[in-house]
Amino acid sequence: MEERYVSFNGVEARVWEQGEGEPVVFLPGFMGLPKWIPFLDLLAEQRRVIVPSLPGFPGAAGHQQLDELSDWVVATLEILEAATDGPVDLIASSVAAALALEVAATNRPLIKRLVLIGPFGIYDEADPAPDPWAQRPGPKSYPGLLCARPERFEELWSKPDDAEEIEWQIIQIRGREAAARYLWPLGDTGILKRAYRLTQPMLLIRGSEDKLIPASYLEKLKAAVPGEAAIQELAGAGHLVELDEPEALAGSINQFLG
Amino acid sequence: MKNLWFHLMPYKELPDEFREEHPSVWVNIDSRLFDPERAHVMYNEFMDELEYAAEVGFDGICVNEHHSNGYGMMPSPNLIASTLARRTSDAALCVMGNSLALYNPPVRVAEEFAMLDCISGGRLIAGFPVGSPMDTAFAYGQNPSMLRDRYYEAHDLVMKAWQEEDTFSFNGRFNKLRYVNVWPRPVQKPHPPIWIPGGGSIETWRWCAELDYVYSYLSYFGYKLGLKTMQGFWEEMDKLGKDRNPYRAGFLQFVGVAETHEEALALYKEPAEYFYGRCLHVSPTFVQPPGYTTEATIRARVQSQIVAAATKERSKQHSGGGFGGGATTWEEIVEAGYVIVGTPDEVAERIKEVCTNLNVGNLMLLLQFGNMDHDLTKYNTKLYAEQVLPQVRDLFSEWENRWWPRPMASEARHAPSEVA
Repeated sequence: MEERYVSFNGVEARVWEQGEGEPVVFLPGFMGLPKWIPFLDLLAEQRRVIVPSLPGFPGAAGHQQLDELSDWVVATLEILEAATDGPVDLIASSVAAALALEVAATNRPLIKRLVLIGPFGIYDEADPAPDPWAQRPGPKSYPGLLCARPERFEELWSKPDDAEEIEWQIIQIRGREAAARYLWPLGDTGILKRAYRLTQPMLLIRGSEDKLIPASYLEKLKAAVPGEAAIQELAGAGHLVELDEPEALAGSINQFLG
Repeated sequence: MKNLWFHLMPYKELPDEFREEHPSVWVNIDSRLFDPERAHVMYNEFMDELEYAAEVGFDGICVNEHHSNGYGMMPSPNLIASTLARRTSDAALCVMGNSLALYNPPVRVAEEFAMLDCISGGRLIAGFPVGSPMDTAFAYGQNPSMLRDRYYEAHDLVMKAWQEEDTFSFNGRFNKLRYVNVWPRPVQKPHPPIWIPGGGSIETWRWCAELDYVYSYLSYFGYKLGLKTMQGFWEEMDKLGKDRNPYRAGFLQFVGVAETHEEALALYKEPAEYFYGRCLHVSPTFVQPPGYTTEATIRARVQSQIVAAATKERSKQHSGGGFGGGATTWEEIVEAGYVIVGTPDEVAERIKEVCTNLNVGNLMLLLQFGNMDHDLTKYNTKLYAEQVLPQVRDLFSEWENRWWPRPMASEARHAPSEVA
């Protein structure tokens, strides 16, 4: 895996890259990625995988300058443009999927196809999603909320020997804050109003054990877009399917992207 | 020193099994527990109590703002303060305060506070809290990551709105207004005294010092734990070159006075256990929304034992699962100093000791707490006013108090007419 940094408007953002072939971008989900994960290895077996960090998530700063959703969409566009060489397929998980949808609706030529895993961006009072931020303080809440295999989340967030304890904690808090900045309080970006512009082929994936995003939200999205959209539920996975079921997820994606 | 009588206005009839059967006193408290006809009685008794405190000689009476909260029934403290402005004549009206970032536009706060200052003839103390996570991020849906920036901007807007004589436009990050022109304007010039209720954040201490505002540490956990925080505050003032004028600081303390020590212990047990048991039963899920606490404060808390201790105690306050090792029984509550109880002489001695040690010139007294009934509240208030207040009033008389209201001359003030 190679690591580099791209910059825009005074913000530095980490970009990881591995593999060869057609480029595919992966935007990590809730709290971002502090470490490379096995799912990315699987994806990189067939493609050039590019993993940029969005502001405030591990590997990038600058979230506190972004106030409105439009600020976030522009920042995501900047990072995608800087990290890639042109139109790409885009995979985005959880909170990042909300921004992937906005970018795809705003800048159609840049995004060829979309894979969204447990996407945020919608809220339905009739099928309310739980509050991802009203959680008990301390390390115990999130693993079980986000993963069907909590130990995978705990492993992802186990402190490396060379990391300072307080800074490691702050990276986690900051990752939650960054998403809250554009999704507080309900996780609804208003994407359904703009969904008529989503003409790209789209694969919507949800872990069958996802505690955060109700299945009906994927149905709503599918119904709202004019392009082809398929929904796939992956058995045994929680919200962060990339941690819980990397093989099944990579298989579905490879099949979709061809 | 100044003695202020503070009311939280707790709902007094939460069920005995509240802790066991309900998730939280705040944010998602069960509305079926609220009886509006009982609240009618409570509100009117509470307002009577505040008026009584003013009548028997307290320097100020305090109200504050909470939302979806079973121990604080004042979503709008300004409503209560407006009635107090009419029914009291000399006491300072301390609204502690309006959470600036919750008002859209925040000019509303400048307007309502100016109304209160006009109606009361210049007796307003304007409190500007950021607001708790429960009130702001959860009950009012404000983005915790932007709350502080919104708060600071709203502060700047309100202060300018009070002082700028010409209509102005305000092109803020969060507030865009073509015409700002507050009408009415406050009686007190250039503005009413500003008091900032805070936890233990160093940034807030510095901000208060920079702008010459009163910092008021509102803890429910008494003087023993408050000492560490206030020591940290004064050390920071030393570093910033500010004097140790005790009127720069306020502190909250629960007090129960009775004729004898034994009587005091017997009288205040139930209301104290009601408060520390039921009223502070807050779900821990509402304590730490992301971004509410700045990274600088998180780092400072880890590095500073002083503030870390206060933070730990606050998290106990909101732990929801007991007090996480804090006081739960009446004996422990008294021992820990959450409530000062005793005879008037005992209480006066303790108050003098506490205010001297913490160096606070503004003492906010909770003489009604938990489910304390109206008669006991008046008894506590009367004994304090008649027998404690005279013993403590002269403390810090050598210091100039630059943070107290400057009302109109009493002969110039208009008294409400008698209703025919």
